[in-house]
Amino acid sequence: MSAPGVASVPPPAVRLSGIVKRFGPVVANDHVDLEVAPGTIHGIIGENGAGKSTLVSILYGFYGHDEGTIEIDGREVRIGSPADAIAAGIGMVHQHFMLVPTFTVLENVMLGAEGGFTLGPGARETRAELARLSADYGLEIDPDALVGDLPVGLRQRVEILKALRRSARILILDEPTGVLTPGETDRLFEILHALRDRGVTILLITHKLREIMEGTDAVSVMRRGRMVGHRKTSGTSREELAELMVGRKVLLEAEHGAPTVGEVALAAQGLSWRDAGGALRLDDVSLELRAGEILGVAGVSGNGQSELLDVLSGIRPLQQGAISYAGRTIDAKHPVDPAEMRRLGLAHVPEDRHHTGLVLPFEACENAVLGYHDGPKAGEGPFVSPSRIRGHCAGMMTEFDVRPPNPRLAARGFSGGNQQKIVIAREIDAAPKVLLVGQPTRGVDIGAIEFIHAQLLALRDAGCALLLVSVELDEIFALSDRIMVMNAGKVVGTLPRAEADRNRLGLMMAGVAA
Amino acid sequence: MAEAWIDILRILDGTLRLAAPLILCAMAGLISERSGIIDIGLEGKLLAGAFASAAVASLAGSATGAGLFEAMPWLGEGGAETAASVLNAAAPWWGLLAAILVCMFLGAVHGFACITHRGDHIISGVAVNILAAGLTVVVGFALFRQGGQSPPLGRDERFGPLQWPGAEGAAEIPVIGPLYAELISGHNILVYVALLAVPLVALLLYRTTFGLRLRAVGETPEAVDTAGISVHWLRYRAVLIAGLLCGIAGCYLSTAHGAGFVREMSAGKGFIALAAMIFGKWRPWTTLFACLLFGFLESGAARLQGVELPLIGPAPVELILVLPYVMTVILLAGFFGKAVPPRALGQPYGKGRGK
Repeated sequence: MSAPGVASVPPPAVRLSGIVKRFGPVVANDHVDLEVAPGTIHGIIGENGAGKSTLVSILYGFYGHDEGTIEIDGREVRIGSPADAIAAGIGMVHQHFMLVPTFTVLENVMLGAEGGFTLGPGARETRAELARLSADYGLEIDPDALVGDLPVGLRQRVEILKALRRSARILILDEPTGVLTPGETDRLFEILHALRDRGVTILLITHKLREIMEGTDAVSVMRRGRMVGHRKTSGTSREELAELMVGRKVLLEAEHGAPTVGEVALAAQGLSWRDAGGALRLDDVSLELRAGEILGVAGVSGNGQSELLDVLSGIRPLQQGAISYAGRTIDAKHPVDPAEMRRLGLAHVPEDRHHTGLVLPFEACENAVLGYHDGPKAGEGPFVSPSRIRGHCAGMMTEFDVRPPNPRLAARGFSGGNQQKIVIAREIDAAPKVLLVGQPTRGVDIGAIEFIHAQLLALRDAGCALLLVSVELDEIFALSDRIMVMNAGKVVGTLPRAEADRNRLGLMMAGVAA
Repeated sequence: MAEAWIDILRILDGTLRLAAPLILCAMAGLISERSGIIDIGLEGKLLAGAFASAAVASLAGSATGAGLFEAMPWLGEGGAETAASVLNAAAPWWGLLAAILVCMFLGAVHGFACITHRGDHIISGVAVNILAAGLTVVVGFALFRQGGQSPPLGRDERFGPLQWPGAEGAAEIPVIGPLYAELISGHNILVYVALLAVPLVALLLYRTTFGLRLRAVGETPEAVDTAGISVHWLRYRAVLIAGLLCGIAGCYLSTAHGAGFVREMSAGKGFIALAAMIFGKWRPWTTLFACLLFGFLESGAARLQGVELPLIGPAPVELILVLPYVMTVILLAGFFGKAVPPRALGQPYGKGRGK
């Protein structure tokens, strides 16, 4: 019937044309076009704030869009609410899971698709459907487990099951691997491939180049609200994608020369720490940190890394064990407070810059002396000197390329990367002997990551001892000289970087000793 | 022996009478709070319901054909007579209907503030309480000119006790007989409604689709929203159901248990119900237990008034009455069993996510 050569091409599963979304004066999506072929895994990559999440939120009906059209399987649809999206066969796995923690898996999967006034018949049907899905795709799960008790990997599986139960043919995943171990990530991609092979179209939103290269068939790149390129994954490279994302050439791997390791700068013996609820968060942790090296602490978020940083920096009082630092022994009987540690030359870049690193409503210059406000940087005696604080901050901003270089701007007015640069600049400026760094590049764009990594390595080469806590394995590999893996508050093992690979670390992060 | 048994039964009987409004109010609060809407306005709704019920029952009971014809000539003379007889015959039912409507309206106002306009639940609830305390007196004064009270309700204008079949004869049978005659039989219909409300609420919460969604919206409204269900409409239905139950409770106070409206007649019962609901950990059966316990202590304290107890002397009535509150405080402090409220309780929901 139809012309040869055109006949068998199916319409795209999703076609977005000219999508515009404004939030007040900000254009979050600026005439975005996207075509996703059916039965493929299509990646959307971009930096934080590039508009990826907004775009898929529009597709899922969370936000209305101001201009443009949405076509599903070649037919134009109007999606005004998640209900419309579900009806159009779209399912979504959100970055922050949309699950009721006090419900069972079964109840969570049923919610919104109960089928009738009473729950009984729908529950039986859903249970059967879960059994079928678990057999078909390897999505095993106990339907009667409480979701709040499940590890994150399984919670995500519940999200996928929810979408499949509503017979989604298009599945959107928004940053699905942020909370997963490498092993869980591999498992997720196996499942996604199985789904694709049965005709499900998958839209994968991520900022991780590795996942795009390893897991997708095609990729679209967003930058500042615009679509800047569409590529077949097999026909592109990490470097090209990074350049598209940032808009200039970037060095993906920082130069990492051999370290010149010196004396032991800080040693910890048998640190244990219990939280208020009595749970053991740190379990007999010992470590040695030498001048001129970076010790990377790898692990899935919430396995004691945060508590380790807090105990070492003096934020949480020691309960058990001892720290020897700067000729002193610190234990439960001889506590220190963070100010004293700082005076002894131990600086700390906290994991959460919004809550512990910065005072967001304060000006950048005030933030740049936080913790050092008693010293000469801020003024004389009990008085602070605003002009000195501003001058100090202006110098710091030039050195660390903080944009905009305005010391009077409130901290919340900066992008994540620039906020992080302010925190790191403040701590490096103190010329520490030991620097504790938590998640230095969380939510930071590639350009700033490159810069921050270079700064941390320069500090190492200047003879500082660094303890780096990061949930990003790529970052651990890029910076560390030795890698310590934590699981459930314990040290699973410590490896020289040369002996570490992703598989081995992945197993250790899951608690399997090396 | 038999005398002591009768005494115990009387206390239990009083327990039921005193607990009935608590149960209805606590179930109302439970439905509302499980959906995420704090219902500190229970007290005000209860009071407004009590007033509306007594006022309407009194007006309906005293309606005459002539009076109605004067007010609404379009009814026609015969029509006015018929209307008056309908009103007279079912006076307490008209009161009940009025109480329910008023409480549902107040619930909707609370919802409009907290759900649609994302206002503070406590402030809106307190406003409802103040509004009810003031308006009942003002409107009552305007209607009846009796200092804010309603006229006392006659027998036909209230819900009277229902004698169960064979209750009189059964009273003669030892032990079981009085139990049947005193405790089970002889309450007004709303007591039975209150007792029935508990299994109904439990069924609604745990066995129906609506209940599943209601519990979900109180815990994780985002999950409900992304499942394609309207968070707002769910919560509105919850506050309306709460209004319905409160209305019944209000009607009970003035038109069944009592005989007419007196200013401030709710006397903190709405707050006690709220405490009972917290004591019952936001669950229907445990909440019923808490309401019965509160009712029992009150009933027992009333019985012990002026009684000399061995060793102790005069019964410490005030101490007994204080017990429920002490227990609630201890529970909230986490001493025995943790009371975990619905996670999204009191948090407004809107799509203000991200930018």
